[in-house]
Amino acid sequence: MISRKKWLFALLFYVFCTFIVVLWMIPFLVAIFTAFKTIDEIFMLRNFWAPPRTWTFENFKVAWKEGKMGRYFINTLWVTSISVSGTLFLSSLAAFALSWYDFKMKKPILMMFVAGMLIPFQMLLIPVYKFSVMTGLYDTLTGVILFHIAFQLGFCTFFLRNFMITIPSSLFDAARIDGAGAFTIYAKIIMPLMKPAMAALAILEFTWIWNDYLWSLILLQSDVKKTVTIGLTAFQGQWISSWNIIAAGSLLVASVPVVVFLVFQRYFIRGLTFGGIKG
Amino acid sequence: MKKITPYLFLIGPLAMYIVWVLFPIFHTVIVSFTRWDGMTKMRFVGLQNYVQLFRDRYFLLSFINNLKWMVGFVLLSIPLGLLFALLMDQRFPGHRVYKTLVYLPMALSFVVIGQIWSWILEPTGGVVNTFLRWIGLSNFAKSWLSDPKVVTYSLIWAALWRQIPYAMVLFLAGLQNVNRDRVEAAMVDGANALQRFWYVVLPELRPAMVVAVTVNVIDSLRAFDIVYVMTRGGPFYSSSVMANYMYIQAFHNYRMGYGAAISVIQFLVTLIFILIYVLNVMKKEEREV
Repeated sequence: MISRKKWLFALLFYVFCTFIVVLWMIPFLVAIFTAFKTIDEIFMLRNFWAPPRTWTFENFKVAWKEGKMGRYFINTLWVTSISVSGTLFLSSLAAFALSWYDFKMKKPILMMFVAGMLIPFQMLLIPVYKFSVMTGLYDTLTGVILFHIAFQLGFCTFFLRNFMITIPSSLFDAARIDGAGAFTIYAKIIMPLMKPAMAALAILEFTWIWNDYLWSLILLQSDVKKTVTIGLTAFQGQWISSWNIIAAGSLLVASVPVVVFLVFQRYFIRGLTFGGIKG
Repeated sequence: MKKITPYLFLIGPLAMYIVWVLFPIFHTVIVSFTRWDGMTKMRFVGLQNYVQLFRDRYFLLSFINNLKWMVGFVLLSIPLGLLFALLMDQRFPGHRVYKTLVYLPMALSFVVIGQIWSWILEPTGGVVNTFLRWIGLSNFAKSWLSDPKVVTYSLIWAALWRQIPYAMVLFLAGLQNVNRDRVEAAMVDGANALQRFWYVVLPELRPAMVVAVTVNVIDSLRAFDIVYVMTRGGPFYSSSVMANYMYIQAFHNYRMGYGAAISVIQFLVTLIFILIYVLNVMKKEEREV
């Protein structure tokens, strides 16, 4: 009897968990169905539940070519890769100083980085916009990249430092006694040990910066410089209710971070749980 | 020589941080005391913007909507995130795939989330209304995004699709630290599942709970993308939040001073929770030293 009760319980448990997962997948299903429909089906049926009667790949082609998603992809890849490398490099320098040295401003500087990562973006919009216009960085990808590098320093420094302080200080001291300079210790001894932490951080930062909307909205203007998220909102104006093309565009925008997430899920989750913060 | 070494490492990152983050914070505070269109000369007006804010019904509406976001996030994403975490922590066969699928919305941009949810909430063929009609509850079918009475809740609902998995991640990490021996000991002592959860597991989840609540509150106070993409704060500001109202005032209406004042209020409210978070970090720091 007991085993039967247990069996029933396990079944109920599975049904409930499956229900949750299915519920969570509905929005994806809706997006996929819509993206593969022809425009006739969109207008005739007006039912987002219905799978396409004839599956068409045409919408993706239109989004990529006429919607200029291809162009936006290149811009976003450029912004994202340079921003991630830049912020990882600079924050590893800062984290190194904040882990291995004792100096008066150490704690205030660290806390400043931690507090800065939580600030509402609206607090920075006006000055960053004005500064970009003044320096000629407005409407350039470089302007967006520099902002991302600077702002992400808060989280990245905090993150990397917490990993660095777990490295035994004997390693650091031994190298110093051998006469190694500070930069040599950073580059040859500490950084090789930081590879897993850097990987987790790179994955997180990649998805955050790829998905950024507000800063591209504020700092970019011309069509050729748009990033994917801004490009996608422009679809709404161009194809108003051609939802199939907008859906195809959405899936294209989502594809890159989703693939990165699926491949590097462990890193992503480890990064997220560490600080409990997202951008 | 040794004394300046850490500063040599810090000079690059600090310089960038000062230019793009620290200085702007102070600058925004100064701008909030002025009347400024962003181009002509700033004019100092003292507290006038702030006085005006508290008479501006659209600002007050945005503020109240932010409170709704806060309550929605804390009351829904915390318990549901915890529930999901407890379920997925059972390590049943296939739990990895289940987890991955629930996590997936976290990889998406709010622009994509907003777009997808506008189809779910679409009045004629949208997923929600079609479902309601199908089960015979057509009275409950609504224009989810254009009815001022429900629009904010619709937006919160869409945001929760990404927020709940996030809370779940935090609780799953917290559950790893729960002492399994104590749970088993309680089981031997005859405590049922609910008692074990309430008296043994939940107290040990306290640190995860503090982080999850603080982060959810901070996220609720800085909601912007999803509101701006789905409704622009409309209709008639009924779904506006502070972040979105600030953007409209500063960048559509060129009222930089007024916009800055809105962001200062938003910042001050958030600051309470930022401080809780930072103090928490500092306590951890002290324990490690």
